Amino acid sequence: MRKAVVKQTECVACGVCAKTCPRRAISIFHGIYATVSEELCIGCRKCEKACPASVIEVVQKEPAKREAV
Amino acid sequence: MKKWNDYLWIFSAVYLISGFFNILFAWVGLICFVTPLLLSIMGKGKIYCNSYCGRGQLFQLLGGRLGLSSNRSIPAFIRSRWFRYGFLAFFMTMFMIMLFSTFLVFNGTNSLKEVVTILWTIKLPWNWTNTAMVPPWVAQFAFGFYSVMLTSTILGLLTMFFFKPRSWCVYCPMGTMTQGISVLRYRGKN
Repeated sequence: MRKAVVKQTECVACGVCAKTCPRRAISIFHGIYATVSEELCIGCRKCEKACPASVIEVVQKEPAKREAV
Repeated sequence: MKKWNDYLWIFSAVYLISGFFNILFAWVGLICFVTPLLLSIMGKGKIYCNSYCGRGQLFQLLGGRLGLSSNRSIPAFIRSRWFRYGFLAFFMTMFMIMLFSTFLVFNGTNSLKEVVTILWTIKLPWNWTNTAMVPPWVAQFAFGFYSVMLTSTILGLLTMFFFKPRSWCVYCPMGTMTQGISVLRYRGKN
């Protein structure tokens, strides 16, 4: 599944991504950088396109493995 | 559904236009300097940039909705720390010089110069507005402050055109300052 990943050291915390996200999966952590909720993100790439600093990338991620019962 | 703060771009547009009618309106722009700093000092992070910046909304509207942006990625060096803080230092230096020239008018060393300087170099004669009702230093600050606001808008429009709509946000000195304050506050608490 595809998920948005933010390069947090280069993020300017402008909040454009959070505004554009249709799932409200992005929030700005204490005004420092954007964080993406992997549970909510659907990898639609809207934030990637909108990010003025171009520090968001949508990457392929493996779903978290469930522990065997 | 749109909220009241989604229309703050109107405030920014009216502000820029009002300076052409009377330069003294430039003083209103101090709101855009004081509010983000106060909010971040109060621990609200970059909520001003995130939700209340009329200029950012204006760039989004012009570059996004009206399609005036080429939507290219901004060069990596512009988002680097040294460039952002370097630009902030340069901006603040120019701001201090502007405050000093206001002081020189205040103490009578210099007389009022009815000029708006854009991009720190190009001097535009701006002598059609009536500033007789206020002391000369009040008018001098208005000319200087409007120069700062117009210059940053022009830079923002240029980067909006060449890169993504809100590229100005990447190197906006206010944004750099509020992010810096937010980092310091967070580090201080944890």
